[in-house]
Amino acid sequence: MLLYALRRLLYLVPVAFGVSLLVFALVHLAPGDPISAIVPPDAPHEVDDKLKEYYGFDKPLPVQYFRWLAVTLTGDLGTSIGTGRPVAAEVASAFGNTIILAIAATLFAFSLAVFLGTSAAYAKSRIVDRLVTMISLMGVSVPHFWLAIVLVIVFSVEMGVLPPMGIGPENSTGWRLDWPHLKHMILPTIALSVIPLGVVTRTVRSTVKETLSMEFVTALQAKGMRDDQILRHVLKNAAPTCLAVMGLQAGNLIGGSILIETVFAWPGTGFLLNSAIFRRDLPILQGTTLVLAGFFMLLNLTVDIIQTMVDPRIKRG
Amino acid sequence: MSELLQVRDLHVKFVTPDRTVNAVNGVSFDVKRGETLGILGESGSGKSVTLRSILRLHPEHRTRWGGSIKLEGDEVLTMGKSALSDLRGQRVAMIFQEPATAFDPVFTIGHQIAETVRRHTGKGEADSWSRARELLEMVRIPSPAQRLKAYPHEMSGGMRQRAMIALALSCNPALLLADEPTTALDATVQIQVLLLIRELQREFNVGVIFVTHDIGVAVEVSDRIGVMYAGKIVELAPVEQMVDAPRHPYSRGLLASTVHDGMRGQRLEAIPGAPPDLAEVPTGCSFAPRCKFVQPNCIVRPPDLREMGGSHLVRCVLADVQEAGVAA
Repeated sequence: MLLYALRRLLYLVPVAFGVSLLVFALVHLAPGDPISAIVPPDAPHEVDDKLKEYYGFDKPLPVQYFRWLAVTLTGDLGTSIGTGRPVAAEVASAFGNTIILAIAATLFAFSLAVFLGTSAAYAKSRIVDRLVTMISLMGVSVPHFWLAIVLVIVFSVEMGVLPPMGIGPENSTGWRLDWPHLKHMILPTIALSVIPLGVVTRTVRSTVKETLSMEFVTALQAKGMRDDQILRHVLKNAAPTCLAVMGLQAGNLIGGSILIETVFAWPGTGFLLNSAIFRRDLPILQGTTLVLAGFFMLLNLTVDIIQTMVDPRIKRG
Repeated sequence: MSELLQVRDLHVKFVTPDRTVNAVNGVSFDVKRGETLGILGESGSGKSVTLRSILRLHPEHRTRWGGSIKLEGDEVLTMGKSALSDLRGQRVAMIFQEPATAFDPVFTIGHQIAETVRRHTGKGEADSWSRARELLEMVRIPSPAQRLKAYPHEMSGGMRQRAMIALALSCNPALLLADEPTTALDATVQIQVLLLIRELQREFNVGVIFVTHDIGVAVEVSDRIGVMYAGKIVELAPVEQMVDAPRHPYSRGLLASTVHDGMRGQRLEAIPGAPPDLAEVPTGCSFAPRCKFVQPNCIVRPPDLREMGGSHLVRCVLADVQEAGVAA
């Protein structure tokens, strides 16, 4: 098992190399010049050139890439053009905030999805099944940023029970586990979890339903197992598929929360990316994308490992 | 020998919004302790449905039952849910056709046997595992201690079926239901598994109902054979009488359609036609459309089951005439 994990980790190296190349290339392929964003249009050419030289933009692209890669590998992601602070520090704090939100949304979406999907698969009445299908369909189709705005209007503006934005009370310096901070998490968590909730509910429903029609379930009944004992068997069989889908969704939560974080002014990577795009802050853009991509790879690896642990039929060879 | 199981006029109907299937239409038989009843029939004859009805394994909301199934005097068809689940696996156990799909793929064999033992005996974790080991030894699985930790896909078909037999016998059932247990196996493994079932049956004095479409297998294992056609038992007789003197035209046809020694060069006899659609309740004898000896009153009303002496039962109007041998 450990050997398998190590080998899978090794396979990540070429993938990581590819990712770094893409991250570097994408930013340079994008239109617009980062220097022109911080330099006033009427500044003399010398200033422009001097800044280009300072940031290394005057060198050929391959040189820029390897210089960037070498520096990046030491953990130095460069300096933000917008704020002048180290990118690593900016990304780290933003990433932490995003992870907190993503974990909350993942847990919420996954547990609710397992409950709803299993109920629908077991349901003898068509009404329950239809209702769950409707909920999951809505989860997938309702634009989550729109839902976020509606939530703010209803719960913050009209009812005034939950804070509309920010990570915590006004003078808060970072996230902490207490009620004032948790209160700020409720609305973004709900808004963020609707898509995974919809997708995973459908997966759970169909996987559990398929498992229930298998012969071994009849065999379990034939040996006198109680319904809750049979449910345990069914869920363990359905788990690998559902975990794989949830893993992908969790990855999307990390990367795809740009809109939600912007609506709720949540200081995460999405919020950071958003402002970096508008400021043409290349180092931030590169650093954030790189960290997100790395996290995505690790997440997929983790899901794969959990799958092989749950399902003995997946070969570890 | 006392009556272990009494099935009387069993009817099983599957109802879905689109259609109704009359799978079993009035089946009656008894099984004694230590006896093997073979139920022979082609696909769709209702033999497996009959067998599964004894454990009420059909989906409750789509199945309509009629008649009575009594196990040692207890009525199975009206039994409460918890009493039924106590009975399943403990007093009546089942061996499935496909051991590859009847075991849960993500739990070890040992876990699946041990959980059954725990469910019915109240044994602890350690005791149930040592009982599972004992059972694997009993069905002669080599190195049982290691096999306990094996997953179903890590075993061969024959080994899996042995493990299935071990599982079925784990709580000393009085009645064992075998649903074509050798159909999915190689010919050589088939015989080993058949012998094992027969041996264990004698050792523990269990009643066995053995469902199969293979006449050779049925003759090999059974004390009595019941032949099913279109949801009815058309003939029920001790195995020697069934082999030597089948009375029902369908049984005759079945026995004539097997290949045995000294038949080289001869034409194999087949029964013309196909089994009837079970969507409607038949008005006459279900076999009449395919029968060589069909009579006018065969189509008017279903023939009764007639006692022919020596506990030989036949559902045919010509039963006594055929004694003379109307083979022509």
